Amino acid sequence: MSTVKNPETQVRRPDESLFKRLTRQQLFIPVAALVLLVLFNLIADPSFFMVSIKENSLGNPVLSGNIVSVLDNASELVILAIGMTLVTASSGGQDISVGATMAIAGSVILRMVCGGQVSADTMQMPLILAVLIGILATMLCGAFNGALVAYFNIQPMVATLIMYTAGRSIAAWINNNQLPIINDLAFKYAGTFLPGIPVPTPIFITALVILAFWLILKFTTLGLYTQSVGINANSSRLNGLDPKLIKLLTYVILGVCVALAGFIRVSRSGSINYSRIAENIEMDAILAVALGGNALSGGKFNIYGSILGAYVIQFLTTTLYKYDVPSTALPAYKAVVVILLVVLSAPVVREKLANMKKAPAKAAKEVS
Amino acid sequence: MPKGTALDKQGRLKDRPAMTDTTLLLSITIVVFFLLYLFAVFALGGSFAKPQNFLNILNNNAALIVLSCGMSVVMITGGIDISVGAVTCLVCMTCAVNLEQQGGNMATVILIGLGIGLAFGVVQGFLVAHLGIQPFIVSLAGMFFAKGMTTIVSKEPVRVTNEGFLAVKDTRITVPGLGSPNKLGQYIPAYVEVGVIIALLVVVLLFCMLRWTKLGRSFYAVGGNNQSANMLGINVRRTKFLAHVLCSVLAGLGGILYFLHVGSGDVANGAGDEMNAIASSIIGGTLLTGGVGNVLGTFFGVLSLNTIKRIVSSLGFDEAWWSNITVAAMLCLFLVVQSVVLLRKNTSKQ
Repeated sequence: MSTVKNPETQVRRPDESLFKRLTRQQLFIPVAALVLLVLFNLIADPSFFMVSIKENSLGNPVLSGNIVSVLDNASELVILAIGMTLVTASSGGQDISVGATMAIAGSVILRMVCGGQVSADTMQMPLILAVLIGILATMLCGAFNGALVAYFNIQPMVATLIMYTAGRSIAAWINNNQLPIINDLAFKYAGTFLPGIPVPTPIFITALVILAFWLILKFTTLGLYTQSVGINANSSRLNGLDPKLIKLLTYVILGVCVALAGFIRVSRSGSINYSRIAENIEMDAILAVALGGNALSGGKFNIYGSILGAYVIQFLTTTLYKYDVPSTALPAYKAVVVILLVVLSAPVVREKLANMKKAPAKAAKEVS
Repeated sequence: MPKGTALDKQGRLKDRPAMTDTTLLLSITIVVFFLLYLFAVFALGGSFAKPQNFLNILNNNAALIVLSCGMSVVMITGGIDISVGAVTCLVCMTCAVNLEQQGGNMATVILIGLGIGLAFGVVQGFLVAHLGIQPFIVSLAGMFFAKGMTTIVSKEPVRVTNEGFLAVKDTRITVPGLGSPNKLGQYIPAYVEVGVIIALLVVVLLFCMLRWTKLGRSFYAVGGNNQSANMLGINVRRTKFLAHVLCSVLAGLGGILYFLHVGSGDVANGAGDEMNAIASSIIGGTLLTGGVGNVLGTFFGVLSLNTIKRIVSSLGFDEAWWSNITVAAMLCLFLVVQSVVLLRKNTSKQ
């Protein structure tokens, strides 16, 4: 299922122009957006793409540059977008609670490694165990969301509104509203650099997650079942699938993704701010799914489209930062770009554009 | 799922259900609100028994009532608008700057508020109805845009000192017969702010519109089933467009009311109000799938939401996080009850 194509794209009609064939591809929009952004940066300031080696505060040589920072900072978003794609495909709706549950994951992990104290100099618990407990916590949140969606037939956005409202408060509650700080350098390896390796660790974690999902989708029926449930839950049931269980499963999988993203985010700084951590990231994650050419109403999906979409969003953010757009005004610029992209990808507009290209050709034919 | 409203529209059908989904959900909401409030009065007594306490819920939430009503209209047509909170914030900030730095007055404030709302509504409505883009994505972009624009207008909070504005802000309308004596034995009359009157007017007008006008009924028809609405001769695109315009204009009006209540422009104004509005609509019995809902229910939804917040804080759980957790729990309860009730009703019918 790795590259789901529109049935129409597979039938090549000889009279279609290359342009039209290209625009029909699902990945057309994210790739075009990425190309535009790259071109813009190349023309405006080629030094954007410079990668240099600098020493970080610990004296280790590390890679630095805008491209590295795009790949690094997009990590959480990419991991979330993967889970969000599955949820979107199976249930035809989005989970808007991912930012809030990331706060829960971060809070749980910090509480575990700090052993319940406000600050700790060494980890009180093996890191892997703390992360596993964090994953368990967000899997529970995912199961709660999934159960509401699958077994109570509540629209996903509304069902996850509950977690969205309560999540950050629960995260604060877990730590009694204190802000635990961990000063152990080993904790920050996952969010910054492993000693001796110049590439930021989140890039490796993201690559591993992408690899894991590639394997899962290749060797299990998860992808096929998810699409089948998303396209028609009733007929999937008649074919012997359990649509409710599969929907629930996708939400639990998203829970795992959320915990990993939350872990990366807290280990970047070693602390947490409940109301601000991963703020608005749910919006970016949904946007990544939409940018990747996936229908937000569910059904067929292309996970690589979403991954590409996530990188495009981060690329855009970094570009805007480079041109000194204040971080508070950033959303306004982002919104304009988003609107342009979705308008261009709207079926109505695409059809009109294609017709405009066709019309002069037709007229020329008639004349001759 | 058979929609009660679809039958309602062709009122001549013989096997018309005794109760439509809309009425059923509305009655649940109203009953729950009265039970909640009675519980508060009897179990917590004291301040809850005073009429002014109830009126203060209205005073503090006039803007939210208007926002939620607009949200309900969009939700009835099967859409959603998550930009309302940010539009509120943008309107507050722009009005404050206009009054303080550009010598505006009440008239310009109203013009700005409704104008911003109209602009958002027209753009979002066009994108949703005519280009067929998902309303969630469109209003998400709208929210980002409004949030960003607010900080471009002004990053610093702006306090308003304009006299004409303050006069309107501090106007208090006495409600006859509802006052109570204070500790010194003086009689303090109960009051509401100007915003409450406007909000109540909006509720009544929208209620009448949804119930008795052609446009109002076509909102339900479009939300119930796009295609059959089309076959009935309803212009689906136009109806969706108008729903979004109405919602955003009401968001602009909500912004003015919010501004009248707080009297300053701040980037934190109206934060999270889109979710409060959605929650109120849902508690009020509006379904996100469309076709079912009622602004009267939404009104009680806002009241229930804030009553439970007050109950929780007066029970002693006054840490900030409890309020959010209770709202979430209440939302969860309502969603499950609605889902079970509707499921049962529909299976027993078959």
